[in-house]
Amino acid sequence: MDKFTGRVWVLGDDIDTDIIIPTEYLALKTIDDMKQYGFSPLRPELAGQIQKGDIIVAGKNFGCGSSREQAPEIIKAMGVQCVIAKSFARIFFRNSINNGLLLIEQPDLYDDMKEGDEVTVVMNEHVDYNGKEYPIASLPENLMSIIQAGGLVKAMRKLNGLD
Amino acid sequence: MGMTIAEKIIAAAAGVESVKPGDIHTVELDRLMSNDGTTHLTVDMYNNKLKNPHIADTGKLVFIVDHNVPSDCPKTAASQKKMRDFAKANHIDFWEGKGVCHQIMMENYVRPGELIFGADSHTCSYGALGAFGTGVGCTDFLYGMVTGTSWVMVPETVKFNLVGKLPEGVYARDLILTIIGEVGANGCNYQVMEFTGEGAKTLTISDRIALCNMAVEAGAKTGIFEVDDVAMEYLKEHGREPKAVYHSDPDAHYVREYTFDLSKVEPVVAKPDFVDNLAPAKDVRGIKIDEAFLGSCNNGRIEDLRVGAQVIKGKKVSEKVRFLVVPASQTIYRQALEEGLIDIFMDAGAIVMNPNCSVCWGSCQGVIGENEVLISTGTRNFKGRAGHPSSKVYLGSAATVTASAIAGEIALASDV
Repeated sequence: MDKFTGRVWVLGDDIDTDIIIPTEYLALKTIDDMKQYGFSPLRPELAGQIQKGDIIVAGKNFGCGSSREQAPEIIKAMGVQCVIAKSFARIFFRNSINNGLLLIEQPDLYDDMKEGDEVTVVMNEHVDYNGKEYPIASLPENLMSIIQAGGLVKAMRKLNGLD
Repeated sequence: MGMTIAEKIIAAAAGVESVKPGDIHTVELDRLMSNDGTTHLTVDMYNNKLKNPHIADTGKLVFIVDHNVPSDCPKTAASQKKMRDFAKANHIDFWEGKGVCHQIMMENYVRPGELIFGADSHTCSYGALGAFGTGVGCTDFLYGMVTGTSWVMVPETVKFNLVGKLPEGVYARDLILTIIGEVGANGCNYQVMEFTGEGAKTLTISDRIALCNMAVEAGAKTGIFEVDDVAMEYLKEHGREPKAVYHSDPDAHYVREYTFDLSKVEPVVAKPDFVDNLAPAKDVRGIKIDEAFLGSCNNGRIEDLRVGAQVIKGKKVSEKVRFLVVPASQTIYRQALEEGLIDIFMDAGAIVMNPNCSVCWGSCQGVIGENEVLISTGTRNFKGRAGHPSSKVYLGSAATVTASAIAGEIALASDV
């Protein structure tokens, strides 16, 4: 996980949880049932286009709104490797870590990013795009260990010697 | 260095002398609330993903069915049954159909000085009584339920110095929309909004809930007020004592400070599709609406129903509009019945419904269709929030929403 490359989908500012997964689909039984509706109010075709290993790049305040944990879960279920945004809403940030979805804050990449291009993430150091390095902060170790375990529940099991 | 109210609550919950922003602490939680939006997911994880699961302290848990009440389809009936059965088997306080979760919590549980996690983003409402309430997802909730603890990063605090008094016909709802319009939808991301000053003292507990409730719409971890005589009176009326009363130290550090003159606030609306997309209500007059909603944890209290009833008394809801009136709790509903407010709404042609989250979260009741327009006292106006992705939501005060229901288009109370 030290370094990885992925094709990028570009979304805007303030991508809220009702866009990530609208309320009407929350009653569906599983995350796999829901994921086809991900981002549907904004781009109904997107869920069918995202492939395993892709990366989302977005503007400020990604994930604002509800505490619904289905939001990071469906992004992960779509196969998205990580979301790189100018900033994240805090409940979404926690929920993503707890579900093992990697989030990276980067203030400038979004402004330069063209959809369909590839970026390479060098963990805790920088994101490479178009010959330019965009610096990123390193995640605190305790949060990284939750992501690497695949989420909080799995980290808890590991910590307690259950796995 | 002194500490803010929020920092003092976290320090006490972490069992340390002092904390500073950016520190990560393990904290003891005073209470955990979960509703039917996600409790079934927590129960699934508890039953299927943990070996020998147990609950740290069932006395700290509250489960509230409020999002889809009564259930609207077999799927929600099944997930609510899961929640109901789990609460019963584990002797967890359980409420169903009695009100929106945050209103139930304010009326029955929240005490100053407590640290409360709720599996709902509007848990930040509890700062109205000087508690630190914050929204989490169901995995964080599960962790708290099993261990009685969680981790928090100490947030920075932003000071909102309120001066003056709201003019007649202008409400706390207008004030918080004005504040969010000014600071932006992520203007206080990860931070605490502390409301203080002489103006804060003029606000009722209902007003304070309206302010703290929407702190999350500015990205904040919570909103909080100092406990004063008004808060103590509310607690006394509801038969509760504070856990601890904290005041911010004179040398406490604030990352930013704003001053808002309450006397200058005017009726406003948030236009689609963001809460910070602010406009004076008078500038959006005349926009046709299909539905109006008076309710929610933000603005469905007796004070709000009184405002709406006063505007609509002796008048009629427009033939083009469905006007939904949803008291935020049964306690409020009964009070409204006693005061004759429900008769006023019904005489005017409103649809009065049982306490629940209703169209504010776009499920169950009053969902709007293709290209329809809703004006609402709810919490959010995101794209598609209240129904079809092409539909639009405007947010306004109880007075503006009710006036619009009468006019069939966005209107001020003074217009109708």
